Amino acid sequence: MNMHATECLLRLYDEQPDLEKYQGGVPRWCVGCGDNAILAAVQRLCRNERLRAEKTVFVSGIGCSSRLPHYMKTYGFHGIHGRALPIAEGIKMARPDLDVFVATGDGDCCSIGAAHWIHAIRYNMNMTVLLHDNQIYGLTKMQASPTSPRGLRSNTTPRGAYLEPLNPLTVTLGVQNVSFVAQAVDWIPEVLYDIIAQAFHHKGLSFVRIMQRCPEWLPHQLEPWLNDPARILLLNHPNGIQVSPSLAKVYKNQQAHDPANIDRAREVASGSDPIPVGILYRNPAVPLYENLRHAGQPRTTEFIKSGLEAEFDKFTVWPQEADPKPRQGAMRAARRATTAGS
Amino acid sequence: MNDTSTLEIPASSQPAGPRAAEKTMTTLTEHVVEVISDSGEGAQRCGQSLGAIAARMGNGIWTVEIIPAEIQPPARSIAGASGNRVRIGSKPVSNGGDEADLVVAFNEQVLLGRVRAGELKPGCIILLESMWREDRDPKIAASYADVHRQLVAEGYRVHEIPMERECRPLAADPRRGKNMFVLGMLCNLYSLDLQLARDQIALAFRKKDQKIVRANVALLEAGHQFAEAHLEFKFRIPATLATVPQIVVNGNTALALGVLASGMEICAMYPITPATSVSHYLSDVFEKVGGVVHQAEDEIAACTFAIGASYAGKCAVTVTSGPGYSLKQEAIGLAVMGEIPLVVINVQRGGPSTGQPTKAEQGDLFSAMFGSHGDAPKVVMAASTIEDCFYSVITARKIAETFNMVVVVLSDTNLATSQQPFPRPQFSEDWLAPPVDQSAVPVGAKPYDWDAATGLARRFIPGQPNGMHTLTGLAHDRASRVAYDPETNEEALHCRSLKLAALQKTLKTPPVFGDPEGDLLVVGWGSTQGTIEEAVTRLRAEGRKVSALHLRFLQPLPAGIKDILQRFKRVMTIEGNWCDRPEDAIIDESNRRYSAVAMLLRARYLVDVDCWSEVRGEPIKPGTIYRVLRARLDQKQEPKK
Repeated sequence: MNMHATECLLRLYDEQPDLEKYQGGVPRWCVGCGDNAILAAVQRLCRNERLRAEKTVFVSGIGCSSRLPHYMKTYGFHGIHGRALPIAEGIKMARPDLDVFVATGDGDCCSIGAAHWIHAIRYNMNMTVLLHDNQIYGLTKMQASPTSPRGLRSNTTPRGAYLEPLNPLTVTLGVQNVSFVAQAVDWIPEVLYDIIAQAFHHKGLSFVRIMQRCPEWLPHQLEPWLNDPARILLLNHPNGIQVSPSLAKVYKNQQAHDPANIDRAREVASGSDPIPVGILYRNPAVPLYENLRHAGQPRTTEFIKSGLEAEFDKFTVWPQEADPKPRQGAMRAARRATTAGS
Repeated sequence: MNDTSTLEIPASSQPAGPRAAEKTMTTLTEHVVEVISDSGEGAQRCGQSLGAIAARMGNGIWTVEIIPAEIQPPARSIAGASGNRVRIGSKPVSNGGDEADLVVAFNEQVLLGRVRAGELKPGCIILLESMWREDRDPKIAASYADVHRQLVAEGYRVHEIPMERECRPLAADPRRGKNMFVLGMLCNLYSLDLQLARDQIALAFRKKDQKIVRANVALLEAGHQFAEAHLEFKFRIPATLATVPQIVVNGNTALALGVLASGMEICAMYPITPATSVSHYLSDVFEKVGGVVHQAEDEIAACTFAIGASYAGKCAVTVTSGPGYSLKQEAIGLAVMGEIPLVVINVQRGGPSTGQPTKAEQGDLFSAMFGSHGDAPKVVMAASTIEDCFYSVITARKIAETFNMVVVVLSDTNLATSQQPFPRPQFSEDWLAPPVDQSAVPVGAKPYDWDAATGLARRFIPGQPNGMHTLTGLAHDRASRVAYDPETNEEALHCRSLKLAALQKTLKTPPVFGDPEGDLLVVGWGSTQGTIEEAVTRLRAEGRKVSALHLRFLQPLPAGIKDILQRFKRVMTIEGNWCDRPEDAIIDESNRRYSAVAMLLRARYLVDVDCWSEVRGEPIKPGTIYRVLRARLDQKQEPKK
């Protein structure tokens, strides 16, 4: 991150802020909800990165996950269902200087907001997108979501979900301009933090799907994976995550995966058991939409005025007897052209 | 290409025509001219150029595009007429006028379409491409002869002109070059300065090669000479030379210039007719002044993108038409709830549903005022002229940021595609948005610290130290904390509503056009201002006691309107949205659906307001309004109910 000298100095003298600096209201999520793990990870991230609270914005849509901004002591924007991404894009376009995070759920992102999801990947604006995927609609009380496994009984699928679940990773990896895709699970906080931190540092849209437990509606859904570490496939690489020795003792099922390899990333992404955890893909070379559009350049009144006057000139009919000076070059050139042969 | 100076019309192509000495010169106060062709033959450019040249001469002009609904309708079809109507006057012109006085048609079928639509005056002069008479396809030749005979029989003054044949020596593709030939003819017929026409061509083709400019000028001059040699009549519409520089643009370009001038930086949009051309123009120029036009993936994204941009910076704008406006409604509710400034431009078209995308209608007033869900107070303005399109956006931005509100600017197809000159605006720094406030907020200050009297609160923008809060679409208290308690909810609703009243206190009562009292007051809004006032002027010249009132602010309505209404024996609105026809057998007072503003005025002022509307998709003609008002004035006063 580029920083002014004064900011560097500030950092030098600043003491390590405590987590409280970033903690907003008391979370109202259920006990054991995976959202709590994600919140803890982002609060740690803010503290460790010493983010300036006033320059940080958490944007969300609607759903359990989307309450997250309320629990941060930064700027937050709790929007409407499915639209967190375009709101965040507008913020980033207006203010590239802000750090933007998006908290969204499997219904918010993969169902009602699916169009925005696809296009957000294409725009590749510099922001961190956290997909809280609990495979169910929680806030509206247990309806099947696009990521619900086939056969899942819910209030809208009492005889079991009819369709195979949508795989957010393969979808994301299939979109042109994808630049960062990772997967985490809420019950390995060390890896969750590491992934979110790397996502934050990635220049581009980093998409992190977090498999998270819903103790209220699907208390046993992820238990088989929780209880059997062999059903987690940790992807390690010098350019991805590195598994600590203590963690490696538990999670022995590991695989080296180079995040630069998109073909392999797509293969890994298509596996759901074991659950791949790690950074699947990273490409820092994809251009940022806000840079392509030269967002955030300062404008002076004089600059706007001269641009506007130039446009007025294009459409102005000058009084015939007036000073011909304002007549345009194009017109003078045309006169030369039309009189040249006579 | 031929050199213009050596241009001569081949002798073989010169039918026996009148000598110049036999020409008649008629001086007119105004004429309505139409140029129509198949789509893609350039009649639009011809008409627009004619308008621009006349404007340069100092004439009042109004140009209207004649647009088929399809991009490439079948050639030579009645529904395929594409072109331009130009009303040229000695004095300023405020609308497209009545039926045409002179029509140039590239084939008889598109002409027939206009005749059937009742767009030609009786005895209208027609300049008709004659090549179809000898078409290889006997059906086409027969159709041409048939229509020609019919038109002559109906009393139209038809002049057959071999346009394409005349262009052939000058253009590789005479079908595409014809339009400039026609422009030359029209310049001759209306005694317009040929050099101004050459200038106009240079301007219109400024992005093209000089060779193309020269080729088109050659065609122009050929047309001019042809008319001089072969047509026995000429007109002159004396102009009052303009003393100030004028801008000649259509309403959509004026809206885009307004966005530029307002200091807004981000416009998010999704393509939709007829609003899109605002963004076409803006896309071309906005970046030059540091702005961004973001073409979003859909209408909802366009609106929420603009909301995000507004929330974090200067007020942003989203531009759309009816169906797109419907899609934005939920997001507009969010902006109302979060008190995020936002300008939404809705260039109305015919509805509902896909309706008539290229046609004019004023059908979205109520969805603009009452749309979204719950109580969502927002400001609604309607641009009434091309010039007003420009200034409305500047005003809208200012209101949006002063009151932290959504401001909807309504335009319509009629303004979108029409051109009318207006004085070149004098730049003012006041137009621009102030820089984004990044100063520290006092510790403990609340983001919704509503003022009890006005409902206003200071907006906290990301980057402002101590201002951190989470904006939410949920009900919230002054600190932006989610709040479901009855008192807080009511207080918030109360304050958001008060802002409209606070704005209303700053609005001026609109002026009455005509006497402040009389027999009939005609109320209008939006693009019909010029048309209504023209009709009223004609009636007033006949001694009728009729006046007009035009509303620019529909929500809130300015103070003082009730007083105006009460000074007239009768009040009626003229609108471009549906109202039930009282003459229908099953329509009576208990079930009649009124036009939007009539309903609004009745509800607000408890005054009896009648209405008349037309929803034919075409701009309402001043002559039509004149007849409606005259009939209404002749009616005996209905007994008071």
